[in-house]
Amino acid sequence: MADVLVCVKRVPDFSGEVLLSDDAQSADARYVGHTLSNHDLCAVETAVQLAAATGGSATVLTVGSADAVEQLRTALGVGCAAAVLVEADPVTLGPADVAREVAAVVADHEASRGASYDLVLLGNDAADSGDFQVGIRLARLLDRPVVTGVQTVTLDGDRATLVSDVAEGRETYRVPTPAVVTVLEGGVEPRYPTITGRMKAKKIPVEERALSAEPVGSGRVRLRVPAPQSSTSTLLGEGPEAAPAVVDLLQQLGVAR
Amino acid sequence: MIVVYVETVRGVVAEVSLEAVAFARTLAAAGGGIPVDAVVCGPLGDAGPKELAEAGVRTVLHADTGEFDVFSGAAHARAVLAAREQTRAVVLMGGGTNRGNDVMARVATELDVAMAANVVAFEGLSPFTVTRQVVGGAALEEVRLGSRPAVFSVAGHAVEATPAETAGPATLTPLAVALEPGDLTVQAVSVQPVDTEAAGNLKSARVVVGAGRGAGGPEGFGDALELAELLGGQLGVSRVVTSLGWRPHHEQVGQTGSRISPEVYIPCGISGAIQHWAGCASSKVILAVNTDADAPMMTKATYAVVGDMHEVVPAVNEEIRRRRG
Repeated sequence: MADVLVCVKRVPDFSGEVLLSDDAQSADARYVGHTLSNHDLCAVETAVQLAAATGGSATVLTVGSADAVEQLRTALGVGCAAAVLVEADPVTLGPADVAREVAAVVADHEASRGASYDLVLLGNDAADSGDFQVGIRLARLLDRPVVTGVQTVTLDGDRATLVSDVAEGRETYRVPTPAVVTVLEGGVEPRYPTITGRMKAKKIPVEERALSAEPVGSGRVRLRVPAPQSSTSTLLGEGPEAAPAVVDLLQQLGVAR
Repeated sequence: MIVVYVETVRGVVAEVSLEAVAFARTLAAAGGGIPVDAVVCGPLGDAGPKELAEAGVRTVLHADTGEFDVFSGAAHARAVLAAREQTRAVVLMGGGTNRGNDVMARVATELDVAMAANVVAFEGLSPFTVTRQVVGGAALEEVRLGSRPAVFSVAGHAVEATPAETAGPATLTPLAVALEPGDLTVQAVSVQPVDTEAAGNLKSARVVVGAGRGAGGPEGFGDALELAELLGGQLGVSRVVTSLGWRPHHEQVGQTGSRISPEVYIPCGISGAIQHWAGCASSKVILAVNTDADAPMMTKATYAVVGDMHEVVPAVNEEIRRRRG
């Protein structure tokens, strides 16, 4: 029976240009929606699968604004059984703050349950701040082993087998639980919430908490967006009709004969 | 003193690590010519010290006991910490790979200092300020690393791995690392390294045909592969393609994959996020095929064709075959 805590982050759903707030301290997401990154969605899916396979449960946690309840509901809608919001202005937080807050929740929950979370899962890196370190800082605070960049997780008693298939190659780790694991997209296919899932999710109360300490922050001076370049490309055509022009060019360049 | 964590693949120094050393030299110059040392964990081939010498490295601190044969983030971080003790380094840095970020984050956590991932530029020494990529490279963050040592990773292919004006001695020196009990808890039990020979063919190819999310699935690469074959080139893919397991990692072009510089790059169904652009920007000619005329790849390319790769590429293949008769 595995109990898994999965940590997620509400992030702006930028698919095109990124806009900034007037003080250049945060992204301006007023005109775009919010979402969970693919890494986070895969972490949630992994947590739900592990809980189901072992008869355990998955709890979802976020540190962020009150609006992040939307992302907690998404995770509840696909099978997480409980949710925790540590409410804070995300702009004031750095990765060490987030790790400290997650560790505080883990310590509290484990003390009241009298048992450890077998695994704490997080997305490998946040789609917005991209700090690549909350999992490692958390593991240090909890004094647990941590593996980053993992795509598939299986549990076998008190050991976890973790496979990471990344640019360096495919690596398999076996670590004792409890452990911290950061998840990269690609190992599992995140499910979408069903209507019944959504209905059930609405009824689950969210545990709301305040920060356990003053944030130390991220050291951010300002954000900026690289100036958009005007198009410099020459249009060769549209659709399959462009093929002769493409081949003419490839011949001119001496790569097709 | 600056210490660069240098990664190796089968004993060969990774290109991103040579880029990190090149970045370190900029920093060293700003600091009045402070030396740059390298930490290497595990086996290092004969070419390693020579390459690091050309990159301007003073000392190669080599942790090469049996514990380092297989990657362990905690053990590698311990080696960087040992190097810091020995050299009194004020800057600890690595490449912005999965491993580089893992190891540097562990180092920063042990020292209880900040860590900046994917740095692209150095802004100033006092306070120590760098610019790093956020939102997948779509935005930049200027960030102060207030405490010493400054710990960060350099985004892959953000700088060129140029040789130093004056080569360093790169003296190979064994590094004694006192591992702590938990350091080997997380150690890979099996490793299948990426196919470096195939990746090498991609890096040196004259023509690369790229395919991205627009391929649609693992079955969607046939036309692009055929075009690559007709042009005597190689297939290169975007990160999402390898993440989803559609194609092997050695075909990946981008910040966390290969950096290519072919005569012609033909990215099909690749939007051109910074992650990918970093790996293909030095292509001489880029001919992009995409349904979205406003995709970054289409506006940055030399030539563009608006259309579905599954319609355009077979038509191009057919036209090449027809002209050959």
